[in-house]
Amino acid sequence: MYETVIGLEVHVELGTKTKIFCGCETEFGAPPNTHVCPVCMGSPGVLPVLNEQALRLGMKAAMALHCEVRKDSKFDRKNYFYPDSPKAYQISQYDEPIGEHGYIDIEVGGQVRRIGITRVHLEEDAGKLNHSVFGDASYVDFNRVGIPLIEIVSEPDIKTAEEARLYLEELKAIMQYCAVSECKMEEGSLRCDANISLRPIGQKELGTKTEIKNMNSFRHVERGLLFEQERQEAMLYRNEKIVQETRRLDESTMSTISMRSKEDAHDYRYFPEPDLPRIVVSDRFLAECLAEIPELPAQKRARFVQDYGLPDYDASVLTANRPLAEFFDETAKRVKDPKVASNWIMGDVLGYLKTTDATIETFAISSMQLAELIDLIDNGTISTKIAKSVFKDMLETGKDAKILIAEQGLVQISDESELRAIAQKVIENNPKSVQDVLAGKEKAIGSLVGQMMKETKGKANPQVVNQILKELITG
Amino acid sequence: MLDFSQGIRKLHEALRAGTTTPERLLNESFERIEHADGEINAFLRVNDLVSRDRLTTKAAIADAFSPKHLLDGIPYALKDNMCYEGIETTCASKILEGYIPPYTATVAQKLDDAGAILVGKANMDEFAMGSSTENSSYFPTKNPWHKEYVPGGSSGGSAAAVAAGMVPYALGSDTGGSIRQPSAFCGVVGLKPTYGRVSRYGLVAFASSFDQIGPITNSVEDAAIVLQAIAGADTHDATSAHIDVPDFSAKLTGDIRGLKVGVAPEFFADAMDEGVRQRVEEAVKVLKELGAEIQPISLPHTNYAIATYYLLAPAEASSNLARFDGVRYGYRSQNAQNLLDMYSKTRSEGFGREVKRRILIGTYALSSGYYDAYYKRAQKMRTLIRQDFEQAFSQVDVIVSPTTPTPAFLLGEKTKDPVTMYMTDMCTIPVNLAGLPAISVPCGLSQGLPVGLQIIGKMFDEQTILQVADAYEKAVDFAAVRTAHRKEAK
Repeated sequence: MYETVIGLEVHVELGTKTKIFCGCETEFGAPPNTHVCPVCMGSPGVLPVLNEQALRLGMKAAMALHCEVRKDSKFDRKNYFYPDSPKAYQISQYDEPIGEHGYIDIEVGGQVRRIGITRVHLEEDAGKLNHSVFGDASYVDFNRVGIPLIEIVSEPDIKTAEEARLYLEELKAIMQYCAVSECKMEEGSLRCDANISLRPIGQKELGTKTEIKNMNSFRHVERGLLFEQERQEAMLYRNEKIVQETRRLDESTMSTISMRSKEDAHDYRYFPEPDLPRIVVSDRFLAECLAEIPELPAQKRARFVQDYGLPDYDASVLTANRPLAEFFDETAKRVKDPKVASNWIMGDVLGYLKTTDATIETFAISSMQLAELIDLIDNGTISTKIAKSVFKDMLETGKDAKILIAEQGLVQISDESELRAIAQKVIENNPKSVQDVLAGKEKAIGSLVGQMMKETKGKANPQVVNQILKELITG
Repeated sequence: MLDFSQGIRKLHEALRAGTTTPERLLNESFERIEHADGEINAFLRVNDLVSRDRLTTKAAIADAFSPKHLLDGIPYALKDNMCYEGIETTCASKILEGYIPPYTATVAQKLDDAGAILVGKANMDEFAMGSSTENSSYFPTKNPWHKEYVPGGSSGGSAAAVAAGMVPYALGSDTGGSIRQPSAFCGVVGLKPTYGRVSRYGLVAFASSFDQIGPITNSVEDAAIVLQAIAGADTHDATSAHIDVPDFSAKLTGDIRGLKVGVAPEFFADAMDEGVRQRVEEAVKVLKELGAEIQPISLPHTNYAIATYYLLAPAEASSNLARFDGVRYGYRSQNAQNLLDMYSKTRSEGFGREVKRRILIGTYALSSGYYDAYYKRAQKMRTLIRQDFEQAFSQVDVIVSPTTPTPAFLLGEKTKDPVTMYMTDMCTIPVNLAGLPAISVPCGLSQGLPVGLQIIGKMFDEQTILQVADAYEKAVDFAAVRTAHRKEAK
């Protein structure tokens, strides 16, 4: 029997306006080589100057991942030849990363699992190679060169592919909560490489690992790791030796393919970057970074369960990202029953966002407006059914629920004398249904309620209607 | 007849009085170059059109000119490892042939802003690696004093251009002595400022933690004037120091009474040229007569300086020069079959022997398994050497030594033996390891060749070394020696 050991290396692009060592913009999707200057292009004679915002975001990330942060650290050069690197070295951090010894808590099957973070370090991104479809040339886009990154290296604490996905989801949520990064995997602002090895249960030493690259979504990470786990396991059962190598996930087959073996491993010849002074930060700077870290997803989940009485499932759905959590928080504060707010958001709001491929940030209804709608149901002004159609109109018009209700005359009729008069009419016109009710066919009352709703254009308060009908029929 | 060696202030006064114009100064410079540089080869490129363009754009025409700065309207030369937008910059290397920088170095920008007029780019040892300018991929420069001798290096072109009167001043760069050593060999003044005093932005890096730009001039006062124009913190250079820039001319009074001058035996090697020893000892006597207190000091780790330097500087160079890969600019081998082949052929064909030697040494020193034994140990030694100086400077204000153990050597004399060549920098290298400022000022002749006196100062105390150098210069009148030699040469 074997157990799986997984460690993840995640690169996160920091959401700064400009690059880490020059003033070029970081905007995604610009035409190739339009956000470049002599500094990021590594022209002879240029020098890097650290963007303080990159350091700040990196520090915040390290703190949010519960790392011990260094007040005094440095940059190093990682030397390698490749056309994506205009200087032929990457400015990174080698032996003095800004953060170390952190962790992320994930929930697996109702249990909290703590995944250690070895280190968080700052570095610059490389250019992007685009290979000609004819296979005869490669083009380099240097827009990405010099975009600030943090690399987050986990301890080999992850035991399953599912845990790996949960770790990534939690990591992404934390980064987004702290406004460190948008973490859009499709734009490359979050990238993940995975190391995986197997060992006989009970053995202390780690088995031979492979590294998997080219995984473009969390699902792919999970699938890739599952494949690799099975591949290695099968090999071990056949007494074959695992080769230490880098493998690539092939998306069409969801299998991993060997890219290069350890023998091709580089000697990066790290040494302290002489063009940059040591990174020394003040206590005040650290305090500012700390103050900018908001309530994190785990804390929020706990609070939603505790203060709002939400089920765990609701709490975890609603904290998936910070704007959504804040939207819920703002709505829940204003209504009598937070669970009702949760139902609306998890159902109608998220449903709408999913079908329109939109995000909560651009959602047409504000939390205040939604709370008002829920309130109107709660105080009996409208029925839930009417509320659903008001919700749709709110989406289209952006108007408040109260205004729409007034405009369309949708206020629920709860006035007994008014409803009694209508009920009389309905009973007279439907003797068959009345007899059925009297004969004990409980369901028949539904048809009468339906008639009532038709007469009142759905505005009748269903509870009151029920009660009146029963009274009138059974006396 | 104008003579650039009379000093920047005189030229400035002539401009102000209207007795000369920027155009005439520039023409003078071009004429001298035309007349003498065919033989001396101080310049890689003379930018006739660009320089003239600068003249017209600043409306420095005829008699209407009134200079706004001491350097306004005065020509100068840049060592070819400093970028000037639109002007080919090669570092005297084949690998950068045809490279036109898209931006201007901070020092050149500052001189531009002061109204200075760039005449051309001066020859050098390839990527500033060398002590004789014989490592230029284009041609060696000759020493204007005796043309069968080297001008020193790596800023040999800059020093020769000033010594031959082609420009009033030039900028050089100094990583292990590359300003001071050629200045000593050519009988001119060369100042290496404190590391961080002058922005390195736009200086093509050799060894980033050592490189420093400084002036090569005819006089100490000129050095102070030029340093004034180029010094100061730069937002483009994170290693430039945020320290006030004082008036570097303020202490040029000739008065050095009471100043403590340290002399370290470690700087007087056994293999030292006897003439150099005598000239420097005489110079120390002059300083004493001027009222300075001479004090023996010790710098015990000096012997390790060359070994330390030749690990650390090549290590940084191996990384700094990695970008010359033929991908985007400069030379690219036409014989390559694939990417790796292109890298190795481009670099094998594009770099000269000495540059390749240092890239290999540096790569080795940083390699896994050797890092601790070489790079790291050398860093520790660098700290010890720095501490030697700190210790010494708790007792004295400046330290004097020969700039070089010998005067200029013959062209070709040391090209076959790199280590002998490295030894010529034994007095200058410790200063770069410690990041200190130092100036070389002419102190007479040995075998008919100039000898340099090196004056080393405390961190950011260029003022005091300029003060001592100026007092010495005024006391000995080396300019007379120079004039006599020129007459003799003609």
